[in-house]
Amino acid sequence: MIFKSTRIFALLTFAALILVPSLIVVLGSFKTDAEVYNKPLSLPENWNFDNYRRLLSESDLDVAFRNSIMVTVTSVALTLLFASMASFAIARMITISGKVLATLFAFGLAIPAQINLVPVYYMFQKLGLTNSFIGLIIINVTTTLPISIFILTAFFREISKDMYEASEVDGASPLRVYRSIALPLSRPAMGATSIFLFVINWNDLLWPLLLIQQPEKKTLPLAMLAYRGEYFVSFSMLFTAVMVASLPMVIMYLFMQRSFIAGLTAGAVKG
Amino acid sequence: MGAPALILFLAFYLYPALQNLQFATRRWDGITEPENVGFRNFTNLLTNDDLFYKTLGNNIEFTFLVVIFQTALALLFAVYLVKNTKTTIALRTLYFFPTILSSVSVGMIWLFLYDPNFGAINLFFKSIGLPSFALNWLGSETSALYAIAFTQVWFHTGQMMVVYIAGLQQIPKELYEAAEVDGASRWKQFTKVTWPMALPTTLVVMAYTTIQSFRAFDLIMVMTNSTAGPNNSTSIFSTLVYFTLFNELRLGYAAAQTIFMVLTLIAITWLQRRAFSGRYEK
Repeated sequence: MIFKSTRIFALLTFAALILVPSLIVVLGSFKTDAEVYNKPLSLPENWNFDNYRRLLSESDLDVAFRNSIMVTVTSVALTLLFASMASFAIARMITISGKVLATLFAFGLAIPAQINLVPVYYMFQKLGLTNSFIGLIIINVTTTLPISIFILTAFFREISKDMYEASEVDGASPLRVYRSIALPLSRPAMGATSIFLFVINWNDLLWPLLLIQQPEKKTLPLAMLAYRGEYFVSFSMLFTAVMVASLPMVIMYLFMQRSFIAGLTAGAVKG
Repeated sequence: MGAPALILFLAFYLYPALQNLQFATRRWDGITEPENVGFRNFTNLLTNDDLFYKTLGNNIEFTFLVVIFQTALALLFAVYLVKNTKTTIALRTLYFFPTILSSVSVGMIWLFLYDPNFGAINLFFKSIGLPSFALNWLGSETSALYAIAFTQVWFHTGQMMVVYIAGLQQIPKELYEAAEVDGASRWKQFTKVTWPMALPTTLVVMAYTTIQSFRAFDLIMVMTNSTAGPNNSTSIFSTLVYFTLFNELRLGYAAAQTIFMVLTLIAITWLQRRAFSGRYEK
């Protein structure tokens, strides 16, 4: 009895802790500031898109939105390509080189990329890679490679040896085996990894903050941070920005909950 | 075939990581000629820098609180929601939801909830007749770090709950059946079956949560902004390094700070393994 009632109480409390703030944000983006402050949970008096229109006309968030899509999609695609190739090499090469690769990337997994803040900042300035999408993509790909390789190697190892060996007997080159056996069979793992990478890159603030200063190059989290400085007195506008920034993820989450949950815990579960 | 990944990793991960060790022995603004100062950055940090000790203390306290509460709550909810029914799956989906938001968005939402004048938390306390609980959450030295720790737990508990559920579902059902036959209470079942069987998962969850808590940089940048909180009360390693690098242009000093950051992270993870895996092996 006690178990049951504490269970219900705990579950409902946490559910409310997530639902109530979410509702405040969704409703608040349609309200005036006065309404947000006085009755945060009531329905808006007039449903209109004034805040959204104002956001589009006054801020750079639309530019930042496009930048974020560009940087995120390119980063995810390149990471998947490079990580899957490396994982295939690690899983298939039982030789020294495979082991060396695995050890190197395991090192990257253990040491957080933050240790490189200072040297990367200096190096990218010297190479002219600050205020550049290429620079940001390079750092995105590099910092997410170890975890991606870690996840994918586990899956490539699960594909049965016979599969590989049969095709190798047929004289297929490693590249062929990779393309026509490993990749198609690992589609679920690639899907999970890509969601994981998508969320990480889309939401990252640290590296853009370090590498990007020009307003027209800013990614969404970075533009949001500047926007927070400008609009800190107007929560209805901040909520509108939160809505715009979160909507792509929320929509994808609603349609692909399972893959999202699998993808975002793959790194931890496989560990 | 591993070549592209290897080249990127060597050039932009391993090489900078080694370079960082060299940078840490310099007094340097990144523009003029660097001056070699040996270990003076390290000795300065350890003997002559109050902010460093404050940051170290904050970071350890923050990580400790987040790890304890996030792990405990994740395990609790995982135990509650381990069976697959319509309700539990719906609740899991809801609990997991904050994980997909960006930390900047999460920071903004809680910036509002904590607001001393307009925020929903104070509005709530006033409306139930407890106005003394209405604090200046992020603006006061005593509460700011806890307020951010609470947000961090809110942010990622659902994610760790899912990790736990995956672990709990692998515990053989026979163990519970046997315990029930022996008349073990629910609490006994938890302490004798669930907890020991889930210990490997607990270690993973704690290690992951620890690394995550070191990345609370984003939340702090949004919620207590450029000052790292009233009187640096929310300064943690990542914000300290960032400000030393960006505002003060002391590259060598910042590099030395990152080394202490990694050492602290390794020490905490090692302590967790020692504290928990010993019991697991018995």
